[in-house]
Amino acid sequence: MLPLKEKDKPIVQKLLSAGCCARCVLRFCCVSVQAAYRQPQQETLKELKAFIADTENSKCQDSAGPDSRDENNKSHEAAVSDTPEDPPSKRAKLEPSVAAAQCEEEDAAAAVVRPKDDESPVCVVCLGILQELCGTIQAVKIAEAVKAESYEFDTLVLSVSLPAQLCVREHSCWLHVKKEVREKGLVFDKDDVIQVKEAFKWIMQGLVAKELGGVAVVTRSAFEVGVEFTHPQTDADCHFLATTCPDCFKPTKNKQSVFTRMAVVKALEKISDAKFLKHYPCPPTQPTSSCISQDIQCLHVSVFVAGRYNKFCRSLPQTPWVIDGERRMESSVEELIAAPILSAFRADGFNFSSSGREDVDVRTLGNGRPFAMELLNPHKARLNKVEMKKLQEIINKSSDKIRVRDLQIVTREAMSRMKEGEEEKTKTYTALVWTQKPIQREDIGFIDDIKDLTLDQKTPLRVLHRRALAVRQRVIHSMNARFLDPHHFYLGLKTQAGTYIKEFVHGDFGRTKPNLCQLLKTDTDILELDVESVDVDWPPAIPE
Amino acid sequence: MDCVEQKDTEAKAPSVVDRYYTRWYRADMKGKACEDHCILQHSNRLCVVTLAETHPILQNGRTIKSINYQISTGCSRLNNKVSGKSKRGGQFLTDFAPLCRITCSDETEYTIYSCIRGRLLEVNENILETPNLLMEKPSTEGYIAVILPKFEESKSITENLLTREEFESVVSKRSDVQSQTS
Ligand SMILES: [Zn+2]
Repeated sequence: MLPLKEKDKPIVQKLLSAGCCARCVLRFCCVSVQAAYRQPQQETLKELKAFIADTENSKCQDSAGPDSRDENNKSHEAAVSDTPEDPPSKRAKLEPSVAAAQCEEEDAAAAVVRPKDDESPVCVVCLGILQELCGTIQAVKIAEAVKAESYEFDTLVLSVSLPAQLCVREHSCWLHVKKEVREKGLVFDKDDVIQVKEAFKWIMQGLVAKELGGVAVVTRSAFEVGVEFTHPQTDADCHFLATTCPDCFKPTKNKQSVFTRMAVVKALEKISDAKFLKHYPCPPTQPTSSCISQDIQCLHVSVFVAGRYNKFCRSLPQTPWVIDGERRMESSVEELIAAPILSAFRADGFNFSSSGREDVDVRTLGNGRPFAMELLNPHKARLNKVEMKKLQEIINKSSDKIRVRDLQIVTREAMSRMKEGEEEKTKTYTALVWTQKPIQREDIGFIDDIKDLTLDQKTPLRVLHRRALAVRQRVIHSMNARFLDPHHFYLGLKTQAGTYIKEFVHGDFGRTKPNLCQLLKTDTDILELDVESVDVDWPPAIPE
Repeated sequence: MDCVEQKDTEAKAPSVVDRYYTRWYRADMKGKACEDHCILQHSNRLCVVTLAETHPILQNGRTIKSINYQISTGCSRLNNKVSGKSKRGGQFLTDFAPLCRITCSDETEYTIYSCIRGRLLEVNENILETPNLLMEKPSTEGYIAVILPKFEESKSITENLLTREEFESVVSKRSDVQSQTS
């Protein structure tokens, strides 16, 4: 028995004769008992027909006690096993359960040739979504898509994308029964009607869970399985809205049609009932076909991995170096690190970020530079500490140009710690400096005494083509000079992050002031540069 | 021995200009003898306008009396301001746009031109305070201006300029003529 009351009777009557499917009738009657949607739709239809035919019965139902739901379930089971009109099985039985019986029924319903008397026309409101398009066949399709990509997950959430004209048809149907629904006293607005999406999920969640061997299908999960439906007549059904509410439908470059769900919902909020009824049939007309089920889209939320890297090579860019569409260097730091990580997490792609970056010809030594990577759509989201350690070893064995330490899984929120306060952090460097005039050991001794030297740095010419022109103040906290030969010495620097070291040494056409040329009163140039440390205390160190 | 080695390293070490910039020249600007300009184009397409070492200002121990970026009553290159990554607001220059006028102490006046099309990013204010920079380091600290060509024109803007080799042959022909006439 369905949890319907006397006041529902005119609504049921009106909706059935308008061409609504049984489940859509339940929706407009605001039935929130999920089991009512899960039972075979032909059953529901039969019960609805019986309900409107039998006045006495419905009166009984009205006075039923709180345990009426249990009775419903019992009568439902009885109905499935006893019904003589069940369509003949087209498949060998897989298991002799209630669900199997349901499966056979869905198979039969989806088949091209159907018994004449059982044929239900495509619903004028849900366009088949709550009819043939939901059930065991759909659940098998979803489960197969998930299994095919061999995702590792504990729970999943179903998401449903419906064609935009379902909103139009829903609106038309709402206007058709608005008066009767409001008379029920509990429902005042279209939003109180059970959504197609919700009913679809009620029916599908359990079926999908079963197909995947008992995985929990929940409302919030890191793993989303998207079911998308389209309909060939979406534009035709929505077209009148574009003429009545043209400002809601502005063409956008990346969308195939202007009739997106968002735009249609917005237009329906604006349009008056009278205007809507003038341009669109109420109740909606019989569609020529049902919705089309698109490919299942699986998406796992990103996983974030962080660590520190060394770069030992002076011909390795941090990120792929492309000029005029042509690749300049064969590899990059991010690619060397990312390749083993991508395959371990079986991710589709990545976004790499780091605490600053070094030039292609600069090495990063010491404890290395903090970095973090967002892994997109990882098919495996969990690696334990031992596995992460192994992954780090794989990266380090794959190339002698780089080395990684402190590799760990982090949260999205923790990643921001790498960027915050970046300006205040310090970095230490060693530069190999050339001097035009010959120098002696004592000529460079004064450098060690310079403390907290403030530089005015104009945006270096080498990056000015892509960065704003500005004068930035940067502080060199301390320096030390180590004599090498009359034209060379090593200069150690501890600086505020963001200081351009190369420009401090050669002066950048006098655009960095003071610069080393001024300090030494001769032309100086930088031949080699190493980053010795990036003083950021994130990510936390992992003991070796 | 030591001395020779030192001289060697001095000569071998390529300067910042050598490493990152390509030199382009315009000889006898606007038909005026020896008023040669040198454009340093960075590999990132940005151009630095400088005086070629052969420019009359740099000859015969001349000294500079004044440098003026006010090229007309209505336009001063010192007012040029660019903002943002896209360098909004920068004056757009064509090949023969004057950048500044330099007067030497012997009252001779020279106009320096942009030589290439592009957006003016900055002029060198340091040479106003210290004109000697222009005499001592014409190709680095004594630069005149920085210009950013349009991305799509970054190759074509130097088509009308001379390469270093072409310029050197122009200069050597010049000295041939001079030695013949003298
Ligand atoms: Zn329906």
